[in-house]
Amino acid sequence: MPQRRSFTLASHASALQHHFENIEQQKDASTIGMWVFLVTEVMFFGGMFLAYFVYRQAYPAAFASASNKTNLYIGAANTTVLICSSLTMALAVHAAAMGKKNLIVLFLILTLLLGGTFLGVKAYEYHDKWVHHEVPGRNFDCEGCTDAAHTPLFFALYFGMTGLHATHMIVGAGIIIFLIMKARKGVFNAAYHTPVELFGLYWHFVDIIWIFLFPLLYLIDRSGAVK
Amino acid sequence: MITAAPPVTPKKNYINATEGLKSWLLTVDHKRIGILYLLGVTFFFALGGLFAALIRLELATPAGDLVESNTYNKFFTMHGIIMVFLFLIPSIPAVLGNFLIPLMIGAKDVAFPRINLLSWYIYMTSGLFVLTSLFMGGVDTGWTFYTPFSSSYSNGYVVATGLGIFISGFSSILTGLNFIVTIHRMRAPGLTWFRLPLFVWAHYATSMIQILGTPVIAVTLLLLVLERGFHIGFFDPAYGGDPVLFQHMFWFYSHPAVYIMILPSMGVVTEIITTFSSKKPFGYTFIAFSSVAIAVFGFIVWGHHLFVSSQSVYAGMVFSILSYVVAIPSAIKVFNWTSTMYKGSVRVTTPMLYALGFIGLFTIGGLTGLFLACLGVDVHLTDTYFVIAHFHYVMVGGAIMGFLGGIHYWWPKIFGKMYNEGWSKLSAVVVFIGFNLTFFPQFLLGYMGMPRRYHVYPPEFQVLNVLSSAGASILGLGYLLPFCYLIWSLKYGPDAPPNPWGATTLEWTTSSPPPTENFEVTPVITQEAYTYAPEEVVHVG
Repeated sequence: MPQRRSFTLASHASALQHHFENIEQQKDASTIGMWVFLVTEVMFFGGMFLAYFVYRQAYPAAFASASNKTNLYIGAANTTVLICSSLTMALAVHAAAMGKKNLIVLFLILTLLLGGTFLGVKAYEYHDKWVHHEVPGRNFDCEGCTDAAHTPLFFALYFGMTGLHATHMIVGAGIIIFLIMKARKGVFNAAYHTPVELFGLYWHFVDIIWIFLFPLLYLIDRSGAVK
Repeated sequence: MITAAPPVTPKKNYINATEGLKSWLLTVDHKRIGILYLLGVTFFFALGGLFAALIRLELATPAGDLVESNTYNKFFTMHGIIMVFLFLIPSIPAVLGNFLIPLMIGAKDVAFPRINLLSWYIYMTSGLFVLTSLFMGGVDTGWTFYTPFSSSYSNGYVVATGLGIFISGFSSILTGLNFIVTIHRMRAPGLTWFRLPLFVWAHYATSMIQILGTPVIAVTLLLLVLERGFHIGFFDPAYGGDPVLFQHMFWFYSHPAVYIMILPSMGVVTEIITTFSSKKPFGYTFIAFSSVAIAVFGFIVWGHHLFVSSQSVYAGMVFSILSYVVAIPSAIKVFNWTSTMYKGSVRVTTPMLYALGFIGLFTIGGLTGLFLACLGVDVHLTDTYFVIAHFHYVMVGGAIMGFLGGIHYWWPKIFGKMYNEGWSKLSAVVVFIGFNLTFFPQFLLGYMGMPRRYHVYPPEFQVLNVLSSAGASILGLGYLLPFCYLIWSLKYGPDAPPNPWGATTLEWTTSSPPPTENFEVTPVITQEAYTYAPEEVVHVG
């Protein structure tokens, strides 16, 4: 039996694991695997989205007034930061496809910094909510909100959904650090850069989740029409 | 059917290729991981069975004289949680599927061997969580974890158990993911989709449910843990939530989960019936697509668990009709198995006995499911022993019969040893009798109105309860027998030839037990999976 080899080894030939016939089959398998994984992620977030839709449908006034408690400007700025991180991630994948080692490292570091900025801002927003007693629980108090019995649901979903999203960002940041270390060792080249490419899919997926979360949580009834 | 080099018995096989505990605990060989899973699920089956025994012991008398009601609640909860999440869900896919899918498609391994090993560790970790909560005092919510009892009132260790189930979900997801990619990308040259053994089709359908359903139960339990642990409420009306939403989300996974348990079993039965009828399965494509249809329909019937909740009556009607629809692909399978045997040269071996038992018991379980799918009847039968009897006919009479049938069928391949035919036939008969004696009286009890989850009952129910408890002890003996003679066979059984049953699928062309790389030469497939010599058919017909 041939020696099992990790796909993180440097040269093209040794990146092939023993149970695949050729490198194309291996790459195909990894790519399909990643897409299937993202399907499971859609279903995972889907449960919370379902809860959101059910409760927003049932208690529109509570959701509208509670949503006004979020900081629109900070949220919008953070959305921009995250979209930029998707751009740098796409550039990192492009650099990997061209086999430019230094560029891969550069763009991955930029992605990490932008992701870190997003998480930092998110932490600030959480702190703000904590200070204003807007975390569900004993000390919850949503000043000036309508339908006080159901406003905690909005904030429960706010923390649940953004928290799950942030957890995915933190995991992603860990993987970026791992990829930066690998890239610095010159593991990735034009022929073999599957991990960078597949991580790109993950990172864009996490960004897309936020693209849905931002309007659902920050943009309900900014005009004040819902009574 | 396969143009490959004739198998020679090699000295080295996957069992003795490397030695030492470490070589097993760090293995990435799908066959060894299958064995690791076999050890895990056998342990949890025994533990879940222990709780079943305690339940039946308590119910032998009408008074609650063995344990207090609180303890009884914990018994049936631990029985349900362990049997569903730690035994039934992983049983066939993670043991037999893991072992056989690469062999059946002529691959050297699954697509992601290290993720495969990871899934076993995740499974064992989840088991540790459940065991920890058990030793700390257990849970009393029932395996369904309904809110707000589970989130606000229960005194059990809901968070530890809930996290355990949450974690076990990821092992199930990773197994499903691995199978889907493996079946798509690892098939041997010439092995088209319609040349695949039907066992593989059944697992493909199962994997679809695993990857689409399991994340939903995971997030549901996460929300439950947030509500109970941090008062970030979603379901308890005290927090403004709706408990029925929990039931919807729970059953969105847990109804399809029933098909995670039964579909692989159906795949096993298809293989067994085909082999021991020495005949092509009747309606290959119908069996293949009925698996997929069951997986798809399984996702749109969950509301039949909520007929007596506050679900709208119109939703109830739709769910009722859709639930009837599931009967169609299920019936297709039963008809096709029966037609496969018709004019075949049927050999009654141990696996065949289990498969025949499966058909009978699954038919009863499936038909009583129609009673429960019927809105009006279900109002009377909800939360009675009729429901208990129905789903045990499917899960025990179906899934476990299939699991045992499969273990007996592939035992010679997995371990390279033959077991004692007399003892094993006896066990199949004992299991069948014990099973029916345990669960048939429960249909009658439920119809007469005995509710589930109570440890005291009116004296007029005692006769049937005693019958059921007596049956349970026979069933227990039936399960103990294979445990003994199968282990005995490992040491004293005669060596198995590569193909002891005269089967045609690919796994039988390699040696028993197979070498680590599965095949000496990657097989090239030129025929369908089930091609029996024409003279055999003429001879019989």
